[in-house]
Amino acid sequence: MAKIIVVTSGKGGVGKTTTSASFAAGLAKRGHKTVVIDFDVGLRNLDLIMGCERRVVYDFVNVIQGEATLVQALIKDKRVDTLNILPASQTRDKDALTQEGVEGILEQLKQTHDYIVCDSPAGIETGAIMALHYADEAIVVTNPEVSSVRDSDRILGILAAKSKRALDGLEPVKEHLLVTRYDPSRVDQGQMLSIEDIQELLGISLIGVIPESQSVLQASNAGLPVILDEGSDSGQAYQDFVARFLGEERPMRFLEAERKGFLKRLFGT
Amino acid sequence: MDTVRTDKSTTKDLFENIDNDSAIEIKGSVFTLPVLKIKSTQLAQIELALKQHLSKSLSFFRNAPIVIDLESTKQLQPGLDFEQLNTLLRGQQLVPVAVQKGSLEQHLAAESAGLAILTGQLSKSVKSDISPTKSADDTALAMDESPQEQPNVSAQSGSPVTAPQDTGSVPTKIISQPIRSGQRIYARGCDLIVLAAVNAGAEIMADGNIHIYAPLRGRALAGVTGGENNRIFCHSFEAELVAIAGSYRVFEDTVPSGVFKKPVQIYLRGEQLDIVPIQ
Ligand SMILES: Nc1ncnc2c1ncn2[C@@H]1O[C@H](COP(=O)(O)OP(=O)(O)O)[C@@H](O)[C@H]1O
Ligand SMILES: [Mg+2]
Repeated sequence: MAKIIVVTSGKGGVGKTTTSASFAAGLAKRGHKTVVIDFDVGLRNLDLIMGCERRVVYDFVNVIQGEATLVQALIKDKRVDTLNILPASQTRDKDALTQEGVEGILEQLKQTHDYIVCDSPAGIETGAIMALHYADEAIVVTNPEVSSVRDSDRILGILAAKSKRALDGLEPVKEHLLVTRYDPSRVDQGQMLSIEDIQELLGISLIGVIPESQSVLQASNAGLPVILDEGSDSGQAYQDFVARFLGEERPMRFLEAERKGFLKRLFGT
Repeated sequence: MDTVRTDKSTTKDLFENIDNDSAIEIKGSVFTLPVLKIKSTQLAQIELALKQHLSKSLSFFRNAPIVIDLESTKQLQPGLDFEQLNTLLRGQQLVPVAVQKGSLEQHLAAESAGLAILTGQLSKSVKSDISPTKSADDTALAMDESPQEQPNVSAQSGSPVTAPQDTGSVPTKIISQPIRSGQRIYARGCDLIVLAAVNAGAEIMADGNIHIYAPLRGRALAGVTGGENNRIFCHSFEAELVAIAGSYRVFEDTVPSGVFKKPVQIYLRGEQLDIVPIQ
């Protein structure tokens, strides 16, 4: 039975799209048939991060409006052959998404995929609610800042109230906390919340910590999901996250600041 | 100030056997409505007081139906212009629905301005003569701090709500999931027990007491219909705001260090809201 997973956060710019791309690529790399859908109508950028922007002909909205078939709109990834991308439209307005339209597409995708990853837009408006509505599980992407934690809390409340599972009285959406852009040195200086603080405030289980890293920007400029940059710190952190999602045990990494140099250790504080 | 319970259960019996195919159905139900006690007939004074009061109070009253209490204005001259009063109140996002305790003249004028009259049989005051805030008494009006359950409550608060349990004499609302930012819970006519965190940006209210067996990081308001003897208890005190019977304390940055993250109880001692660690 295919699983629908929403990558959500409330706040923008926290790393949802980066995470969606790497999550989907990671699942697909392990042989699972995976599709990642860009719900950010009007602001498409998943295709850029996946490096397939030049191959976009039809999009999500075209399929909903019956102007193209799903097969026409799906883009097959060139690196991982079990990975499909359903891009968003850059030109349509947000109201182009309809509940029935989305449901119809998800039902079709379920027939041919193991995992459906939904990249949510920011905010708590229609687009974000549409992206989370049919979810079985949610990856709540949070940065170590008060405002991001607050918005994640808000989204968790909406998941508990407005998801189909909640409305149908089914088992609730399974929630996972993914902390991204984590900078241990700034946590040590008290400029950012620690993992413990975030977990205490949100009260959901931690599935991974992605460090703040140059390699994310480099990968995205190259149109490569950073998880496929296998030597990079954030790439490895995303691999750990995917492994944990699939039930493997992996210790958390990248939680400590880099050790100070020899002289600093001698003479520093 | 007061809260009025309009009880129309007798109406219900009359209409019980109504034809199901009909385009309408009339049902009786019991509402608790906030009462706006007007102490002046000068609209400018009322408006000023209203603005001050509403900016201080929470978003409770937005679009709330309210009852206007005329008792203190019966003798005042000039008389009230209800059309203008209506406009003024709606401008403050209040929805006046009825008046009570006015003179016969006032009631007639109110009626022609489209307001209902609540008479003795229909209205019985649940609690009378409480000052919600210290300053309210010397302004042109006083307002009940008790919220009407707002139309958006269910949409915002969602599933973590367990329906009030009728355990005979003491009903209680019990919630076992976290109450998150943006959610509001109101335990009408009963106590509220919360077994998980009340997070920053969340708001919980009860006509009775509130017990939280977890951190309180958001807002908690007990005794919202005027219960001065109601209390709030929590395991870890980190609140943004607490209130009992309308007296409130706001903690803009953080709560006093003596009670921060401590188990506390909160109660009214005279005019004062005390926050006391539980040993
Ligand atoms: N771990 C990270 N380290 C450094 N930069 C990151 C990281 N994750 C995301 N970013 C950057 O943050 C910005 C927003 O990321 P994006 O995934 O588009 O967020 P969202 O989809 O939540 O709006 C992008 O410029 C991205 O490169
Ligand atoms: Mg995005």
